[in-house]
Amino acid sequence: MSTAPQTDELALDVRDLRRTFKDVVAVDGVTMTVPRGEVFGLVGPDGAGKSTLIRMMATVLAPTDGDVLVFGRSVRTEAAKVKPRIGYMSQAFSLYRDLTVRENLEFFAELRGVPRKDMAARSARLLEFSGLTEFAKRQAQFLSGGMKQKLALAATLISEPDLLFLDEPTTGVDPVSRREFWRIISGLHSEGITVFVATPYMDEAERCDEIAFMTHGRIILRDTPAGMKNRVPGRVVEINASDYRAAMPIVRALPFVSSVEVSGEYLRVLVTRDDATAETGLRTALEAAGLRVDRVRPVATDLEMAFATLIPTAVLPHHDTTDEILAVAE
Amino acid sequence: MRLPWQKHSTPETRASLEPAHNEFAIEVNGLSKTFGDFTAVNSISLSVGHGEIFGFLGPNGSGKTTTIRMLCGVIAPSGGGARIMGYDVVTESERVRENIGYMSQKFSLFQDLTVDENLKFYAGIYGLSDEKFAERREYILTMADLHGRENEMAGDLSVGWKQRLALGCATIHEPKLIFLDEPTSGVDPTARRQFWELLHDLAASGVTLFVTTHYMDEATHCNRLAFIYRGDIIAEGTPAEVKGDLMRDTILRVEVDRGEDALTALEGSPGIAEAYMQGSMLHVNVGERTEAEADLTGLLGGLGFTVLGVEPVEPTLEDAFVHLVTRQREVSA
Repeated sequence: MSTAPQTDELALDVRDLRRTFKDVVAVDGVTMTVPRGEVFGLVGPDGAGKSTLIRMMATVLAPTDGDVLVFGRSVRTEAAKVKPRIGYMSQAFSLYRDLTVRENLEFFAELRGVPRKDMAARSARLLEFSGLTEFAKRQAQFLSGGMKQKLALAATLISEPDLLFLDEPTTGVDPVSRREFWRIISGLHSEGITVFVATPYMDEAERCDEIAFMTHGRIILRDTPAGMKNRVPGRVVEINASDYRAAMPIVRALPFVSSVEVSGEYLRVLVTRDDATAETGLRTALEAAGLRVDRVRPVATDLEMAFATLIPTAVLPHHDTTDEILAVAE
Repeated sequence: MRLPWQKHSTPETRASLEPAHNEFAIEVNGLSKTFGDFTAVNSISLSVGHGEIFGFLGPNGSGKTTTIRMLCGVIAPSGGGARIMGYDVVTESERVRENIGYMSQKFSLFQDLTVDENLKFYAGIYGLSDEKFAERREYILTMADLHGRENEMAGDLSVGWKQRLALGCATIHEPKLIFLDEPTSGVDPTARRQFWELLHDLAASGVTLFVTTHYMDEATHCNRLAFIYRGDIIAEGTPAEVKGDLMRDTILRVEVDRGEDALTALEGSPGIAEAYMQGSMLHVNVGERTEAEADLTGLLGGLGFTVLGVEPVEPTLEDAFVHLVTRQREVSA
């Protein structure tokens, strides 16, 4: 008997995965695992390598080096066994504009080799699930952006995958439609489906079981959303001042302030002082500059602050400086 | 005798009115657009002052892009009209297009041209002189932080840089009014903030901005907003005014185990006006009820959920968006 971990219990087992495009290193040695049944969020700045990572895991792009085991099967040597178990909704997922909602589903069902006898029942179930039943006969081109995304998701689900890759599925989708989309994801979660989702929305990342921060081709942190927030060094104070733009440089210059974020019309400030002298100091500095300060109060850390402070944003374009960046991150 | 409009005809007042021919940068009167029997935009009216950042919000498919296309003089209205910097969008569409900048979510850049070549292309479209181009190029490279990248392919730039280059191209002819249709779609939080800094700088220099966005934290930065739903404007005003009646309601932020299941359980419960997820928390609008916190804890507890915390929160525009759409759906249901 082997003492190796039961890799079959893992939806994903990524091993030193790399991908280069000519001299650009897009994914630079990613090693990580995702247990079955999790909703796992991938977060990082633009150009971090998120889409490249997902495309390799989804067997649509060959790794330069390393491997991914999907439910224990290698994407390099057993791709044919991996494919039936996964679904992948890319940013460029395209529907047939002149086909109806139902026809699109049938098309993707055929493409994914869904047995004809199962087709009707599955598409009925997915239409219900995604709230598209009443639009079944509408052409895809006449759907709103939110509905198109739901249809794309339904088309991805037609093959009943155990693992779903979603690459920024709600980009350009309004707040209400985004919530509807996430209710569907939540439904998938309770059915035991593993979801791996890249998102630029921190409120969506907040809803994942675990998240990973990726930058410069590497995963630099992986934790639960709560754990990620606990890593933020300091506490957050919210300021409501008469002119937040004028307030920003003043606040930033204070020695006990390590980061300043705009949140709506408020400033969120990361302070390194544990006691209320931070609040007093902030108020005094702003009032001395002639600004009206309506409120200074401690608030809970959010993922936006974690994103801003835990991911180094220094633009260091050359690959040989990645270690430098990572040193900053740790 | 002097007619009302003649009072503007003295040289000094005319000079002070240049280039603003009009009190408003944008003036829309009963503007409509129908496609067959589908009404995309239903007789909307609004006005945007010079130097304002005006946010145009609404669900997908509610008519935002159609409205912008009419205001840019690209498609003709089915009814009503609009004046852009004083020019009529139908009869003077050429003048309208000369006086505006337009940037879409697709960042209309040539991916296989360099940064410099993209700038040159747009300078050519607007007929900039060499001298003027040199000045604008320098300004845009600085603004977009693109110095040293002049010869990189636009397609190789990160999304944040692409976005700033697209803004540079859209403003190369120094328009006094810019339409931005979801300019930050899919852009990471840090890059979005940096982009909005640029927009604030433009507005501070007197440029009018008409912006659509699905990010409600961005909408908060607008001077005024209009909310369009299925072709109708259903709310308008400053961010605080758009929150409107929501400011009188109490919104409770509830931390509960199995938030999504709790949400399902709450739906249809008496006294719950609206409930939805905000991140991992539940937001519950309990109207003007008092003692709702204890009631809600009791209600969820009775349904088998563990409530970890309940506190009232100040509504944000995100709450307002959900509220407006929910209310409107009830009206039309």
